[in-house]
Amino acid sequence: MLDDFFTRAILAGLGVALVAGPLGCFIVWRRLAYFGDTLSHAALLGVALAFLFEVNITLAVFAVSVMISLALLLLQKRATLSSDALLGLLSHSALALGLVALAFMTWVRMDLMGLLFGDILAVSKTDIAVIWAGGIAVLVVLALIWRPLFAATVSAELAEAEDMHPDRANLVFMILMATVIAMSIKIVGVLLITAMLIIPAATARRFASGPEQMAVFAALAGMAAIVLGLESSLRWDTPSGPSIVVAALALFLLAMSPLGGWIARLARSRRHSPKSEGSAS
Amino acid sequence: MQQPEPPLISLERAGAERGGRWLVRGVDLTIRKGEIVTLIGPNGSGKSTTAKIALGVIKPDEGNAHRKQGLRVGYVPQKLSVDWTLPLTVARFMRLTGGVSAQAADQALRATGISHLLGSEVRNLSGGEFQRAMLARANARKPDLLVLDEPVQGVDYSGEIALYNLIKQIRDDIGCGVLLISHDLHVVMAATDRVICLNGHVCCQGTPVAVASSDEYRRMFGDRVDPALAVYEHIHDHTHLPDGTVRHADGSVTDSCHPDDGHHDHHHSHHHAPAAGADAGASASSGEGAHNAR
Repeated sequence: MLDDFFTRAILAGLGVALVAGPLGCFIVWRRLAYFGDTLSHAALLGVALAFLFEVNITLAVFAVSVMISLALLLLQKRATLSSDALLGLLSHSALALGLVALAFMTWVRMDLMGLLFGDILAVSKTDIAVIWAGGIAVLVVLALIWRPLFAATVSAELAEAEDMHPDRANLVFMILMATVIAMSIKIVGVLLITAMLIIPAATARRFASGPEQMAVFAALAGMAAIVLGLESSLRWDTPSGPSIVVAALALFLLAMSPLGGWIARLARSRRHSPKSEGSAS
Repeated sequence: MQQPEPPLISLERAGAERGGRWLVRGVDLTIRKGEIVTLIGPNGSGKSTTAKIALGVIKPDEGNAHRKQGLRVGYVPQKLSVDWTLPLTVARFMRLTGGVSAQAADQALRATGISHLLGSEVRNLSGGEFQRAMLARANARKPDLLVLDEPVQGVDYSGEIALYNLIKQIRDDIGCGVLLISHDLHVVMAATDRVICLNGHVCCQGTPVAVASSDEYRRMFGDRVDPALAVYEHIHDHTHLPDGTVRHADGSVTDSCHPDDGHHDHHHSHHHAPAAGADAGASASSGEGAHNAR
């Protein structure tokens, strides 16, 4: 049965998946999975700060994510530590700070499980509006920086030499990431956001012959995972976030199976003429 | 000297350091429209770094680097690895940084002889095919300046000749300047106007000698004689010793070649006698031994 909260959850989830797919492709291409993890762990600090200053949670998480991204950029330029060590440092310090801050706020009674694994019951109409407005804004900006960002993904030096300003594109990309993390918390939870970025993109890889196509397929795979995951969550009373990720994993395995190979071959043989994939740029 | 228009790029005493070590220092380099400049030097001599300073990818830590306003660059980097997670066909790769029509892409791919690979995934190309694809991509941009970092690596001998001819052809057609980094210390592209030998600094520079112009080279090269190739004769007034120090013509040994250490390291002349190989050392250093000017 489609209860009202369930429709809201589906709507919000579809909005998140629509954006997470294309951004997730860049996470996969650039091997930034750990960066996604770092931002989502830092989200907990954002939640704590939201309670402390009584501001909107999404907004606080966004602000903290952006700050973590900027700190990373700065540290990469200055420090002698490697990127993954820096990410680990930022990720777990933010997580620990968030947990400690929450422990101090004894008056706050919050559902930590809901925060970690997502909570469909908590999705309000405002949340849906925020997710879709933010999501569309993210997609528009991503389309605008698509060419330089993709060029920088293939080769930062080449992009720099040929006036693509990769630094600018990278900075914008990090802000987009922060936005998506902030949007996704209620749907899949802090621990599993990276999965929503990576698994649909990995699923899409098998069928895509171009980067733009992969972005579209990843969005579709993510949306399918949302519907499947939430349906089964309702049916078997399982937590929403993990159910969505399990559904995404099932789709991935399906894509890797012989059936997926057959579909991929079919798709490839159907497009012989040069395709109109460049519309995103 | 007349100066019809400003150079495409010019470096003045440019240098770059990384972690307290100078990768390259005191490089003067200008490239004008229609000019082909070849950089040679051993591994780690700062060839790629110099090219990157010229391109603006690396900001010089000393000296200056100027680029002409609105300079359109076509760059073939030394290394480019495409992750297997990235679905990238040659067709898509051709318009990576934009501004390339399908027609221009097709034409450029035809010129490098790989137009049949248009629909192939880049990561499935062989080393030589990928080099051709990168050159085609840079060419299709119709650049003012073509910067090629070892463009013939992984290409067989006949392919190397063909690519050199093609680079010359591109220069003749669109009149761009070319900065070419050669993997070979002695054999360079014959159409090169100027060779600059680097080893942390400019060791010497001059023009190459056509292989076919001397009997000795013809014997040395055997069936490798081709008008597209030429030999560059190094004339050094100093020798780089294995421990990184430098022995100068006057017999003194210093830590580096930088002019501040009191040795003049520039040598603009060259002679055509097919003498023995490079680094023959302190051959002609007339009066350049030790003047502490500067």
